[in-house]
Formats: sequence, C-alpha cells, structure tokens
Amino acid sequence: MNPEELFLVEITVNGTPLSARVPARRLLSDFLRHDLRLTGTHVGCEHGVCGACTILLEGKPVRGCLIFAVSVAGSAVTTVEGLVNNDGSLGIVQRAFHESHGLQCGFCTPGFITTIHAYLKENPHPTEEEAREAIAGNLCRCTGYQNIIKSVLRAAELIDSGVRDDH
Amino acid sequence: MTTKSFGEPILRKEDPRLVSGQGRYLDDLGHDALAAAFLRSPHASARILDIDVTDAIDVPGLIGIYTYEDLEGRVAEPLPLLIPHPALLNGRTGYPLANEYVRHVGEAIVMVIAEDRYVAEDVVDLIKVSYEILKPVVGIEDAKAAHNAVHSSVPNNVSAHSVKEVGDARAMIKSAPHKLSLDLFIERSACSPLEGKGVYAIWEEDSQELRLWSSTQTSTGVRAAVAAKLDLPLQKVECIAPDVGGGFGVKIMHPWPEEVLIPWAARKLKRPVKWSEDRREHFISSAHERAQEHHIEVGFDEEGRILGLDVTFFHDNGAYTPYGIIIPLITSTQLLGPYKPASYRVEFTSLFTNTVLVIPYRGAGRPQGVFAMERTVDAIAKYLKLDRTVVRERNFIQPHEMPYDLGLIFQDGRPLEYDSGDFPASMAMLKKMVGWDDFETMRSEYAAMGRKIGIGVACYVEGTGVGPYEGGFVQVETSGRINVATGLTSQGQGHQTVFAQIVADELGVPIEDVFVTTGDTRRFPYAVGTFASRAAVMSGNAIALAARQVRDKALRLAGEALECDPQDLEIVDGIIRVKGDHAKSIALKTVAVLSNPLRYAFDESAKAATQFAVGDTSKPPVPEDQEPGLEGKDYYSPMASTFANGMHAVIIEILPETAEVKILRYVVVHDCGRVINPMIVEGQIHGGVAQGVAGALYERMAYDESGQLQNASFMDFLMPYSTEIPTVEAGHLETPSPLNPLGIKGAGEAGVIPGSAVFASAIEDAEGFEIRRMPISPSELWELRRTMKENA
Repeated sequence: MNPEELFLVEITVNGTPLSARVPARRLLSDFLRHDLRLTGTHVGCEHGVCGACTILLEGKPVRGCLIFAVSVAGSAVTTVEGLVNNDGSLGIVQRAFHESHGLQCGFCTPGFITTIHAYLKENPHPTEEEAREAIAGNLCRCTGYQNIIKSVLRAAELIDSGVRDDH
Repeated sequence: MTTKSFGEPILRKEDPRLVSGQGRYLDDLGHDALAAAFLRSPHASARILDIDVTDAIDVPGLIGIYTYEDLEGRVAEPLPLLIPHPALLNGRTGYPLANEYVRHVGEAIVMVIAEDRYVAEDVVDLIKVSYEILKPVVGIEDAKAAHNAVHSSVPNNVSAHSVKEVGDARAMIKSAPHKLSLDLFIERSACSPLEGKGVYAIWEEDSQELRLWSSTQTSTGVRAAVAAKLDLPLQKVECIAPDVGGGFGVKIMHPWPEEVLIPWAARKLKRPVKWSEDRREHFISSAHERAQEHHIEVGFDEEGRILGLDVTFFHDNGAYTPYGIIIPLITSTQLLGPYKPASYRVEFTSLFTNTVLVIPYRGAGRPQGVFAMERTVDAIAKYLKLDRTVVRERNFIQPHEMPYDLGLIFQDGRPLEYDSGDFPASMAMLKKMVGWDDFETMRSEYAAMGRKIGIGVACYVEGTGVGPYEGGFVQVETSGRINVATGLTSQGQGHQTVFAQIVADELGVPIEDVFVTTGDTRRFPYAVGTFASRAAVMSGNAIALAARQVRDKALRLAGEALECDPQDLEIVDGIIRVKGDHAKSIALKTVAVLSNPLRYAFDESAKAATQFAVGDTSKPPVPEDQEPGLEGKDYYSPMASTFANGMHAVIIEILPETAEVKILRYVVVHDCGRVINPMIVEGQIHGGVAQGVAGALYERMAYDESGQLQNASFMDFLMPYSTEIPTVEAGHLETPSPLNPLGIKGAGEAGVIPGSAVFASAIEDAEGFEIRRMPISPSELWELRRTMKENA
C-alpha cells in the first residue's frame, strides 16, 4: 500500500496564517487540535451532535468534526483561544461563563462559547427563552444548562455596559 | 480582618484557563505519541475461532497488532476484581484483550498501534475475525430464565445473592391491617461524560520509569493497578489525571483494559502511546447502570405507618463484575431513605447478561431504591386516601432520634447510622416552596383551560463521604505562594476553588495565593478517589487538618521571632501579628524563610535564613522534633459515612394529544451540612437534576434481543439539550455533620437521586393510573393511557 497523499492546507486561525500538510480526510477539528496544536476546540462525539467542536468559520458557527480541513483552505477560522482579548483578558462570553458558573468540567465549554459569541452578534438582547434556544444545539452533561443560560444573559449585559471585547 | 471565604460563592479559580481553551484534557497531550485503536466484538456472545491480519500488515504507518496471544506476564491474567464481597459468590472479570470468548458487543479483541489514529482505524477494518456465534443473554428476564449462560462456570447467571433482615418483616406484613404489593422496573442509562476515557503513557527507557496520564477518577488506583500488572515497583510508576471532561462514576472503574494495554505497549515499543475513546466505544465498551426489577410487599396501619417492608430485587450487572456488587448493596441499604419501617427485609440477586458491564453512575443504586420506596409510599397514600406528604411525614425518622441506627451494614462495611438531618423541616420547606397545599386550586384552574397537570414528591437520604481516607498537604513557599495537594481527582467539581477556600480561612491568607493540585501521584501518592460524593468531605477535612498544622507551626516560629506567646498571635491577609498590637508583625512568607535554615543564599529572602543570619547557636538549626519548611500533611479517615438528604417536587403538564411531559416547576430542598461554596453546590444540584430528568423521561439503553446496542450514538441516545431541562428552584437547609471537623456532607450525587421517583409520582398524579416502570417516553405513556381506557 502507498502512503496517503498529503495536501497543503493554509488557513487563517484567530488572525494568524497557519499551515500544515495533511491527508484529504483529516477533519478540521483534528487539524486544529493535532496539526496546529490548538487544543481548545474539543471533540465529544465526532458525529456532529454534541457541539463541543464548534468553531467559527468566517464568523459562522460550524461543527469542526463534520468538515475536512482541505475543504476550508484559504478561510478564516476562529476558535475559543481566539476569543481572548488582545491583552490576554477574557472575552465577554468567556468572562460571563466565569461569573455565572457556566461551566463545571469545561469540556463542552469552548463549543458553547463560540456558539454564543456568534449568536450575540445577531441578537445582542436575548430573552431568557431565546437564550435557551440559542444554546439548544450543544450538549453539556455537568451544568443542567441553567447557568449557561445565565451566562448568555450575563454576556448580553456586559456588552450593553460597554465592557471591552476585541472580537 | 481577612474576608472569610468558607460559605461564600467564590468564583472558580479553574475557570480562566478552561474558558480560554487552555485546559489540558487527555487528548490535548502527546501530539507525537503513537495512536492505539481497538477491534471490538460485534457479537454479544461468541467464541473467537481465528484472527486473520493478512490484509492489514502492509498498511503504511502500522507499528503493531496485538491479540491475547501476544500479552505477557500478568497482563495476560484476568483484570482484578476490585471490591470483593461475601455475597459475590461468582465474581468474574474480563481480560485486557479477549481470551477465546467475547461476552458483550464492544469487548476488545485486537489492539492496533500506528503512527496516527486514522491509520490505526484503517488497520482495524482490515483485520478479519471469525467467530462461532453463541446465544446471548440480554435483560433481566432472559438472565433469570437461564436458558443460556454468560459464563459457562456460573450456574443460572447468578453472580451474587444477599438477604438482610431487620425484624421479622414477613410476619409483620402478614399481621398488618393493610397490605400492598408492587412490581417496579428501572431501565439502563449511563454516565456519558462529554469526554470519553483516554490513556497516554511514556516509558523512560533510561530510568525504567513509567509516566501515565489517564482520564480517571482515581490516579492512585490506576497507578497501583498498572504497577502490579506490569510488574513494576510502585516507585517507578506515576499517574496523573489531567483536566477530566466529566466522570459521573464511569471513570472510577480501573484498570480499564486500555489502562493496562497502553502502558504495556509504550514499554514494549519504547515510544509514547495514546488512546482516546470515541463516542461509540464509550457506549459499547465502558459501563452502564440502573437496570433493576423490584418486587415489594408492604404492610401498614390505618395511619399509613409502615409495619413491614419486604423488597426482592434483581440487578443486571452486565458481562463482568470488576467493581463488585456495590450498586445492589447501595440500593438495599439506601432504599429506606428518611423512613423507619418497623421491620425490613431485602433480598437481591445480581445477574450476568451479555451486555456492557455495570458500575456506579452518579447516584449508584439510589435512584432505583428511592423509586421503589417512594412508589410504595405513594401507593399507601392512594390506598388510604391520604395526602402523599402526610404518609411521608408519619414515617419520617425524627430529628430527636438522630443519630439513627437502621440496623444494616452500609457499602463501606460500617453500620448504617444517619448522623443528622431534619426531615420534617425539609418537607415543610419543600411544601411551602412548591405550594403543595394550594396545588388543587392550580389543578382546577388548569383543568378549566382544558390542561392536565400533576405534582410529584420524592425524598432521599444519601450516604456521602465514604472512607477509607484522604490526605492533604499544605506548604507555604518563601514567596508567599501556598501549595496545596490532595490525591483524589477532579472532574469539574471545582476542587481548586473549594479547597483553596478552606486553606485561605484556616491559614488567614488571600485565596489568590492558594494553588491546589489534585490527582497527581507525584504530588500526593496516598489517596482513594473521587466518587460517592466524598471529595469535599474527605479531602476538605484532610486539607483543613494539614492547614491547621501549618498554622500552629507558623505561629510558634513567629512567636519565637516576635518574642511573644503564639496564643496572642493571629494571621490576617498573610501577616502574623499580635492581636491588638498590629505594629508587631511578621509576614507568613518570612516565617517560611525562617523555617528552613539555609547554607546558601539564592535570593534576597534566602539571605535571611542563612546560618550566619539566624538561629540560637545553643541549639541545632533544626530542633530535634521538628522538620525544615513551613508545611503540613494530614489525613482524614472517618468512623462512618455522613448522610445528606433532600426532597424534590415537580409540577408537570401532560399534553392531551401527544402525552408529552412538560415541566412547569422543579423544586429542590437539600441538606448537605455546612456549605463551602453555595454557587458550586447549586451547580452540582442543577447538573444532577438534569441527569434525573434524563433518566426519567429520555435516556435508556436500547439493546435488541441479540445484544446489539441500537442507540450507541448521541443521535439516538436522547441526552437532553437545554430545551428539555427545567430551571431548578433550590432551597438549602444546613444540618452540620457531627462526624467531621468542618461539619460538611457530600453534595455531588444528590440532584439525580429522586429523578425517576418524582416524575413517576407526578405523572401518576396527573393521569390517575399507576406508573411502575421508568423511564417513560411519550409513546409509552400514550399507550398506557389507551390500555387503561380500554380496561376501564
């Protein structure tokens, strides 16, 4: 058997151009985690249901485990690492999770944070019911979601109060 | 004065790292390690005839293929039976790789090691295994019938049998004014942490040492088990639990086959090796829990007081019993909850089936026991036409009866004795919060709108903080940094925060200066693990005791330096000062310098501790009964478990056309003694309730008759999203435990325990017919409705 053919994949991740040579079947989630070593994006099911691998592709939330890295060559991707402010302080959604006890084990958290970050761009003033709907595509086994909903509302509050967020 | 942090909702110290993608979970480590993948049995019961690797060996990137025949020494022996028990007559464990027979779908047969996980999985697909397929045993009825055997050496598929009696329950029931019997079933579910299991091992050939990371609830347990299996001195093995993405019980089992095989392969290949479990593997080769069938006979008086309770139940333990029979033991003891029947008899039989093995899932046998007991109490109330809470109150153990000995032996081998609790007060609080006494008005209002609602109630008592022990280490660095270590592990419980709160208060230092390490055998080698709601009780108290040692030593040394009585000193914000004379003071970090007499000055603070700078020349630099350094280590080992309790109520609406259950309100009253961090305790309750809702209304393991798990993915296993989980309204009672220095009880499992019981109670209340089997889906409820209407 011949070794697998490799393809050069160049993408912009969190504002920085990065590249690696990978097989065509390399999942974007694995590419980010193991080739680019950005392990903030997690893999919980590898069939697109749990949402832990959610990243922002050109600003839109997508499942990293359902996309091949070669398919997004040339695109801009944002991961949870990229939502930290430029001075190293926590971004608004990250801070809201901390302040609202929106995480326990933290494994599903990056997927929630990217999802909510994109959601609040669309709807910066969600009601509680809208916040509940906004996160209904992600699984969490620890929190019972109550404090994640609280985190969404807290993030909206922080945006309103003009707290700094670089992204 | 230093702000007191015990009891405050301090934000978690672990969060900034975890929310910014800087956590380090198992698969975030070892990017350059070799990858393992497993060929697992597609059959529930089969004999392996041949393993053909012809097509697989040419795959580029393949390093090695291993079957049972390749295993060496103790690695080839059966895995250990971790918790033996006299009632476990026929305990059986599997091998790391199947030895001739496979006994459940998912059992590992071949391990493949390759340069990359993709390649390893390619190789797995190219290996051909031929089997003689045997008839499987699936489910409790099948196991009881015993037409087929899971293990040919085990008659009737029975692994364990136990009978316990307090008084003569059968005679008491016979002579009781009223009697009822009930048959009650609970199906399988599973922990399902978002992160599966995983193991990463590095073998250091030069020093002959093994360093091992596992996504585990017990790094000390894994270390000891792996050292034994690989025939290595304990000193040559270290095990670290990195950030762990949830456990809920499944990761307390050890050693998993992979925890033995990955280190074995790393040593054999002299290269780092890693395995990360995928979701399907987690469903079919980790563990499940909950499946039990209960038959109840109960005798009671006109008031609803239980005179005799006779419970016979069957437990499905899956294909193997590596974790013993802890679950039925817990069901049989914790079933009684807050009640005191005049007599009690419990008999259980644990059965082998050709399904994934069964070990504790959060709650561990209690959800089933509480379901059995609470259904019984509801049935008594219905029979006597009494309010359900009134029958409960009449059977409660009263506060003045504490400590209350139930006459049984608990899962830790110690007498089952409740240490404290005020059940009537908890019930009063619950009724008030949920509006129990006004519910009939609410029901009429909804009925007037054509809507059907119901209310349910369920109570439980939970033994927490089981022994044997945990330890704590506290050290003050000369920089003022406080290092704390304990051996048990963390899976999201906020240990880095709550243990820091304890140390901050005990030592009088800012919490920002306290850094906690858990689950790393290099930092604290003696420990048991994180399970049974024990971490806060066990390690919390051990760490408090260690911090008190540090405080005593600091005050003694400061007393010498300040020439005053240590009893006149206090520590505030890291400064030791004379009470009432704050000018006379010395920093705790300076005392750390003085505690360690030095020969060499490596920085400014060290200069102060060199031999020419300090010391009474008439004494040795380190006095005879002392040790250098400002640190302390202590252990907490309780005489018995401490018992937390709680009561839940739920108001539901059932849709007339679809029989869907909508949750209108979910109310929790909870007593876990003194609370270290109410924010974290509430978080634990929220998560527990979510798993209770899941187990009552959504999750089950759908095995077909051939032993195939048909819903082994998150597409088909209905783990609830935010849209299925209610907002929890929680009320707290604090009845301190008299058993430990901090007065705390465990809280981790509480939320999940009464889930099936409280929903069954509410659905029965809404529909009017008996609910005897959980979980219940809309289609099952709809069908039940139709049958009831036809029979009426």
